[in-house]
Amino acid sequence: MNAFLSNLIPLIIAAVAAMIWLGLNALVWVYCERKFAGHIQRRPGPFEVGPHGVLQPLIDGLKLMGKQLLTPDNADAVLYWLAPLLSMLPVLLLFLPIPYGPVLIGMDVNLALLLILAFSSFNGLAVILAGWASNNKWGVLGAARAVSQTVAYEIPLLLTVLTVSFMTGSLSLLDITHMQDGHIGNWFIWKQPLAFIIFIIAMFGETNRAPFDLAEAESELTAGFHTEYSSMGFGLFFMAEYGYMVVMCSVCSVLFLGGFNGPFPGIEGWWWMLIKTYALLTLMVWARWTFPRVRFDQLLNINWKWLLPLATANLLATALIMKL
Amino acid sequence: MGKFKENVIQPLIDCWSLIVGLKITGKYFCKPLVTVHYPRQVIDDENLETYGGHVELIGKPKDPATPKCISCMMCVTNCPSKCLTVVKSKPPKLTAEEEAAMKAAEEAGEKVSKPKAPKNPAKFLYDYSLCSLCGTCIENCPAKSLKFSNNIYWVATSRKEMKIDLLARLKEQATELSAPVPKTEAVSAAAEKEA
Ligand code: SF4
Ligand code: SF4
Repeated sequence: MNAFLSNLIPLIIAAVAAMIWLGLNALVWVYCERKFAGHIQRRPGPFEVGPHGVLQPLIDGLKLMGKQLLTPDNADAVLYWLAPLLSMLPVLLLFLPIPYGPVLIGMDVNLALLLILAFSSFNGLAVILAGWASNNKWGVLGAARAVSQTVAYEIPLLLTVLTVSFMTGSLSLLDITHMQDGHIGNWFIWKQPLAFIIFIIAMFGETNRAPFDLAEAESELTAGFHTEYSSMGFGLFFMAEYGYMVVMCSVCSVLFLGGFNGPFPGIEGWWWMLIKTYALLTLMVWARWTFPRVRFDQLLNINWKWLLPLATANLLATALIMKL
Repeated sequence: MGKFKENVIQPLIDCWSLIVGLKITGKYFCKPLVTVHYPRQVIDDENLETYGGHVELIGKPKDPATPKCISCMMCVTNCPSKCLTVVKSKPPKLTAEEEAAMKAAEEAGEKVSKPKAPKNPAKFLYDYSLCSLCGTCIENCPAKSLKFSNNIYWVATSRKEMKIDLLARLKEQATELSAPVPKTEAVSAAAEKEA
């Protein structure tokens, strides 16, 4: 019992910390994304609320919370409200096994990678439920797209992650980080450049971000799967999207960019992890405001014709080299 | 071989366009902003010139309070939205003495020309709430008497207010031109850039 408690308490602390971290990230990145978008289009972005609009996301959050929660007629109310929760809650869990420092880690599990991959696919399920239960044709179309998209992009993502774990022989993110200790030359991006590129592309697909935001597709499907959601129903999806972005970018920086290792020996720390993650997030935002949305057949073509064969070939080649 | 090139080489080359795209947006990211923070700054004159607001009349160069318009009705017939109303001026009423003098002259066999109506319109009404700003009236005006205004700060709270008497507006503008320009508190964006 005592051992159980002593395990549980740090876990609860970690979960609360993850919640705060997620909330902060969502706030900051909503603001940063809007500012980035503004500057790319040579306008100031949010500007009026607080100095340079820094309070804007906070106020937006308040506004969202103040709105009425509506369940559409003939919608399946249970599934309808389960969906946003199902989208949001797993994200908290995903932050636990990510190592921000040698000690700064919620929970060092041996199967961290597996855990992250398994729980991140909950988002797909949540999107499907949301679209299906809304009793709305845009919702259903968005859900249908989401199924084919997330399922498709999960596969190359898995294959690239596998290549890294083949090389390290471990699924623990902490172990993988420690394999890249030392200087910048040890980072896996040099050993697995193709896997890195595939991971980045699949990351866009997995997190439903532009140019692959076809489940949402506000120009064709109004808002896709979350058309019917108001107030915090939408807010949770929104938070979850940012949460998944942060998780995916963190995983990417652990797998390929050395995690909390600095580029030179002796200067590692959590700030390196943050810098790398935020650089990747910046890339995602930058790409969103640069590329137009792809067509749905193009999206699937990219995946089935390019990412999947390349990822498979990369995996086989890695396996072969590791064996020799 | 052609298939291979089309399906494999070309997409790889096309990937370069993604980098080019990022380069372009990255460049714009670093450039200074062009949006004006409206209530604190106002648009500078240079940018106002290219703004096409509602339609307005152009005054004669020597007499800025009267329009160049010759009441030909071309703008009214051509306006697809039917938002212009031009009323021609009537010839001036003759006084009794003048009429008598004219009659006498006519009887004497002289050629008399009745006074003609002035070409300037008596009324020139315009409904901005209907106008689609297509510019057809401006293109068709033989006297070149119409233009888009650069009246960017014009606000109305009802449809009624959007019906403008363009003749009155022209008169106002003419008197404003001779009057000193009122000083505004807001700084123009260009001036701020220099400072
Ligand atoms: S701009 Fe077009 S719609 Fe407007 S008054 Fe002229 S002709 Fe009519
Ligand atoms: S077309 Fe020009 S000249 Fe003719 S009535 Fe209209 S404004 Fe006057």
